Amino acid sequence: MTRTLRLAFFIGLALVAASARAQLSIEITGGGANQIPIAIAPFQGESALQQSVTQVVEADLARSGRFRTLPTGPQSLNEASPIDFASWRSRNADALVVGGVYPVGGSRYEVRFRLYDVPKQVALGGLALGMSPQQARATGHRIADYIYEKLTGDRGVFSTRVAYVVKSGPRFELQIADADGQNPQTALASREPIISPAWSPNGTRIAYVSFEAKKPVVYVHSLATGQRQAVANFKGSNSAPAWSPDGRQLAVVLSRDGGTQIFVMNADGSNVRRLTNSSAIDTEPQFSPDGQHLYFTSDRGGSAQIYRVPVSGGDAQRVTFEGSYNVSPRISQDGKTLAFIARNNGRFQLSVMDLATRQVQVLSDGQRDESPSFAPNGKMILYATEVNGRGMLAATSSDGRVKQRLSVPAADVREPAWGPFANQ
Amino acid sequence: MKRFLLGGVCAAAIVLAGCASTGTTPEGAAVEDRTPGGAGATTQPVPPGGTGAQPIPPGRTGVDPLKDPSSPLSKRSVYFDFDSDAIREEFKVTLDAHARYLRDNRGGKVLIQGNADERGSREYNLGLGQRRADAVRRYLALSGVVEVQIESVSLGEEKPRCTERTEECYAQNRRADILHSGEF
Repeated sequence: MTRTLRLAFFIGLALVAASARAQLSIEITGGGANQIPIAIAPFQGESALQQSVTQVVEADLARSGRFRTLPTGPQSLNEASPIDFASWRSRNADALVVGGVYPVGGSRYEVRFRLYDVPKQVALGGLALGMSPQQARATGHRIADYIYEKLTGDRGVFSTRVAYVVKSGPRFELQIADADGQNPQTALASREPIISPAWSPNGTRIAYVSFEAKKPVVYVHSLATGQRQAVANFKGSNSAPAWSPDGRQLAVVLSRDGGTQIFVMNADGSNVRRLTNSSAIDTEPQFSPDGQHLYFTSDRGGSAQIYRVPVSGGDAQRVTFEGSYNVSPRISQDGKTLAFIARNNGRFQLSVMDLATRQVQVLSDGQRDESPSFAPNGKMILYATEVNGRGMLAATSSDGRVKQRLSVPAADVREPAWGPFANQ
Repeated sequence: MKRFLLGGVCAAAIVLAGCASTGTTPEGAAVEDRTPGGAGATTQPVPPGGTGAQPIPPGRTGVDPLKDPSSPLSKRSVYFDFDSDAIREEFKVTLDAHARYLRDNRGGKVLIQGNADERGSREYNLGLGQRRADAVRRYLALSGVVEVQIESVSLGEEKPRCTERTEECYAQNRRADILHSGEF
């Protein structure tokens, strides 16, 4: 009895502690080449807000590794101010952002900004965004997305979210946070493991595997309502959910017919049909962006390798050949790049393959990398790694130049999944 | 009456299982040891008495053999070699005892949880654990336990018994555990 009480007390403590230190902190560990030098003048009037919009924009752009932010000096500028291009040029700025925050009544604000190309001395554009003070971070992310896209040609991912699993002590939490690690929300807490979270293409639901029933069962969880449904709970193990690009189907891995095989079903769990038919382990299915193929891991050839099979059925083609262990395939949204985990001399490392040339590049120097996940613009890959025995997340640019590390103090973070663009 | 019918179905199922097992023997090791095997075929599936719902355990009265440390049934774990799902000789005594218990207690069920060491992909390791659980399931089935009594699942690398990064520890996690009704 006392033991139970003590245990309950301990759990209570652990819960408080977990919520106090749940935030992901991000550390940039490597910089990119050819960074764009950008000056972002503090938005006029933003001192009225608790959260600076400018700081969010600056942090986002710096974290991407594709920008170098420059100090701007004390002068007060807004989007209507005349620009002294020669002066900004002398400070080596290629781009300049100026803006302001204006109260529009009823605790609402409008944020206006303008982006300039300094060498060409032209305005590249700007936006006016309405917001409440609580939306200052979200507004900053939208502005950073706009600037990033104007200057790099690629869509920004600063307004997206990431899902991951935090293990602290005996407790597992599926958390959803902004792409910069802020605003973590717990979608599911459990005393049993949670693995393999997968975002629905429109970002409203997450499929995952939970062991709460003493065996793996696949659930689909609606983020807005918190409601969830066991969509694959057959006799045996149920795991590795992957969404079709249209969000209507799920590929799952079931052992109900014996072995570990890939099945495809409707997202509500109906109309289950078997896709692979081997005596091997076939697992980790991932739809190609056109929805026509599934990439998956199989040891049918004697070692774990990545294969590809038409969703309509047919023969599987082997995709990886180097080495004796290549697993966890993920395909970039343009269908051109395969990210996976390769074992090299006993180390498990994030690797990418150019699917056109079959050229493989090792992107990390990790020991125990797992679970790669592409940013929706394909420019970064988020993955699980380990530093000093602790699970962390890491992100790297697809060319391996920019590196970041995301950690939660005193807890293991694992199983990352980068969510889709917000308005897809 | 109902009970009687059920017994008949079970008996039929055993005959079928027996037939099936001779057809699917390629799992060499597991089959080799199908000891004076007939045990399953000749034993009545319904436990004696046929009154209460509780199966009457064989052996000493009043002691649940599943909890008796001197019973081979108290051993619940089967360990495997690296990258292997072959049942090692030393664990067959244990599995035979569980098979006998399940044959004598047709209402009893087991959940077999397969495990893998932590190296590599979590999902692939689920597959490796499943292979081990399936190997135990096949062994029990070939020993006359009916399939409806057995569920084999995998916990992969998610529930390690040992968390050190040593060979000894990894070996402890390459394991299948047998849980009987009421234990899962």
